Amino acid sequence: MTETVATAPRLPWQFAAAERRGHLRAAVLILPLLLFVVVTFAAPVIYLLSRAIYDPSVAQTLPTTLQALQNWDGKDLPDEATYAALVADFKKVAETNSAALVGKRLNYEISGVRSKVIAAANKATEMTAPPYKDQLIALDKMWGDRLIWAKIKQAGRSYTDFYLLRSLDLERNVDNNIVPVAKSQAVYINVLLRTFYISALVTLITLALAYPVAFMLAHAPERLANLLLIFILVPFWTSLLVRTTAWFVLLQDNGPVNNLIQFLHLSDGPFKLIFSRFGTVTAMVHIQLPFTLLPIYGVMKGISPSYMRAARSLGGGPLYSFFRVYLPLTLPGIGAGCLLTFILCLGYYITPALVGGASDQMVSGVIASAMNQENNWGKASALSLILLFATFVLFFVYNRIVGIDKVKLG
Amino acid sequence: MLKPAPYAMPIEKALFYGGWIFTALVLLFLIAPILAIVPLSFNAEPYFTYPMPGLSLRWYEDFFGNERWTGALFLSIKLAITVTIVSTALGTMAALGLSRAHLPARSVILGILLLPMIVPVIVVAVAVFMSFGYFGLIGTFTGLALAHTALATPFVVIAVTSTLTNFDWSLQRAAQGLGAAPVTVFRRVILPLILPGVISGALFAFVTSFDEVVVALFLSSAEQRTLPKQMFSGIREMISPTITAAATVQVILSICLLIGVELLRRRSERLRGIT
Repeated sequence: MTETVATAPRLPWQFAAAERRGHLRAAVLILPLLLFVVVTFAAPVIYLLSRAIYDPSVAQTLPTTLQALQNWDGKDLPDEATYAALVADFKKVAETNSAALVGKRLNYEISGVRSKVIAAANKATEMTAPPYKDQLIALDKMWGDRLIWAKIKQAGRSYTDFYLLRSLDLERNVDNNIVPVAKSQAVYINVLLRTFYISALVTLITLALAYPVAFMLAHAPERLANLLLIFILVPFWTSLLVRTTAWFVLLQDNGPVNNLIQFLHLSDGPFKLIFSRFGTVTAMVHIQLPFTLLPIYGVMKGISPSYMRAARSLGGGPLYSFFRVYLPLTLPGIGAGCLLTFILCLGYYITPALVGGASDQMVSGVIASAMNQENNWGKASALSLILLFATFVLFFVYNRIVGIDKVKLG
Repeated sequence: MLKPAPYAMPIEKALFYGGWIFTALVLLFLIAPILAIVPLSFNAEPYFTYPMPGLSLRWYEDFFGNERWTGALFLSIKLAITVTIVSTALGTMAALGLSRAHLPARSVILGILLLPMIVPVIVVAVAVFMSFGYFGLIGTFTGLALAHTALATPFVVIAVTSTLTNFDWSLQRAAQGLGAAPVTVFRRVILPLILPGVISGALFAFVTSFDEVVVALFLSSAEQRTLPKQMFSGIREMISPTITAAATVQVILSICLLIGVELLRRRSERLRGIT
């Protein structure tokens, strides 16, 4: 290097080059993980969310029928040509399970049609001559009702709002207007409300338990506080499943808790503790308590004792000083702890599944059974979308208050 | 403050002693369920009741002797070690890159990298189940390892990033100025200084995979049982008291890890002169 750094006009340029090299090195370091997360995580989640609004099963199987339905006004039954198109479509997919998929999709809208669609598809292979309309209606009078045709037309759109509407207990009626579903099918709003209610309840209970404990620990001598913190950190580090297992064992009808109740002669018969709301809430409070407690404790540790002394020496009574001086100072900790607990509660699956009541599942449990038992991807996706949306909104608030990279790791 | 302040009013004294009683009860509530399960794992009878009729090691015999449980334990350990290695390497590199000052779009990148920690685990499980199928990854070790690694990396990024705050970058420049190659600078100067963060991140990654059950339930095949999955189905299908032995083994493991992380934290604070 013959030229010196001091060559005045070169300096900004050299600085910029060095900055660029630095950024480049940073990018090379970050890129592998970024790619990894995008490919193995973000892409699957986006795919999942897309399934909430995208379902091509009907559009792929019944293309000619849908074309024929395009000009249908929806008031009377479709014409003979549409029926012929349906039979033609069914003939084309004979020997495959496509008709069964169409039946499954339509069955979400009108229960009981799955077998009728499959029956019609099987029969269609034997239909050689018109009138197809009469033959289909003769097979099942369902085909003589404009409802099924309206539903085929609606389900024929690959991009559909059906699953999202259903998650909010809404649907499109025969005239394509959004209406509430029948009372007997309206369950999802309840699931969502229940999820929020249980989360809020658990958050409030953990706050009520955590605040006094955090206060006592924050004002205890350092050695004692560190010793007692072990009681909080050991459960914190024990896996959620192990702690749920512990509650599963403890809350059995003839388990230790009921043993204790009977030993103390509080009641004669065993209490129904497990497989109930009580079981879910107790175990969730136990698991979430450290998450609420630790941020509050952290904030309390940072509050100088002179504030309270000043408040007292200025004549404030103990309660007055506490509520006017101390409590407001701890609000950031309360906000951080409660928000984190509430967000984590929304996604609980294992605990309600093991110690909660079968009809008292939270939204994660409903998503799991939509996948495992019903194999209804659209429903699982739509509910996931709603759960994810709620989580993101709350995390956005959390990020504003606390900062996401400050999540306490213990 | 083991005694109320000298100027305390009667109501304050009452609140003070009441506060300690309350604290004791809450701490008991936190620790008792975990401790209660330990003695039950030595119960001679297959019931979850106290008082226990006798002591025996039969559930531990079942846990360590039954292929279902040992196979699950080994699979979980193998999986967790794989996840730890990959996520620690990727996470540490990313944290080093992110620590660079004035990085454009830093918060956006960090947001994306921390996503796996935010998204509810059931959503992750369903998402990987739906998409990994296209690549034949369902029921494979690779599939599980990929999903668990994605879940574990945010913890590594956070742990290493926190040791990199207040990191004295002039040490790096000094090493470079003295002629060390970039790899040497990393190995001899940076790594020793951030090692506590890297190890605690690695421990978090290990625990994340070792304790993970929901993704394992969705992604693994019937024969492919991780320890948490085996415990979950052990509870669901046939309530065998072996779950208490399995839980006890895991509690002991968690306590060991907690001690490890705590020692590292103290060492790191001492090294950086915080305490």
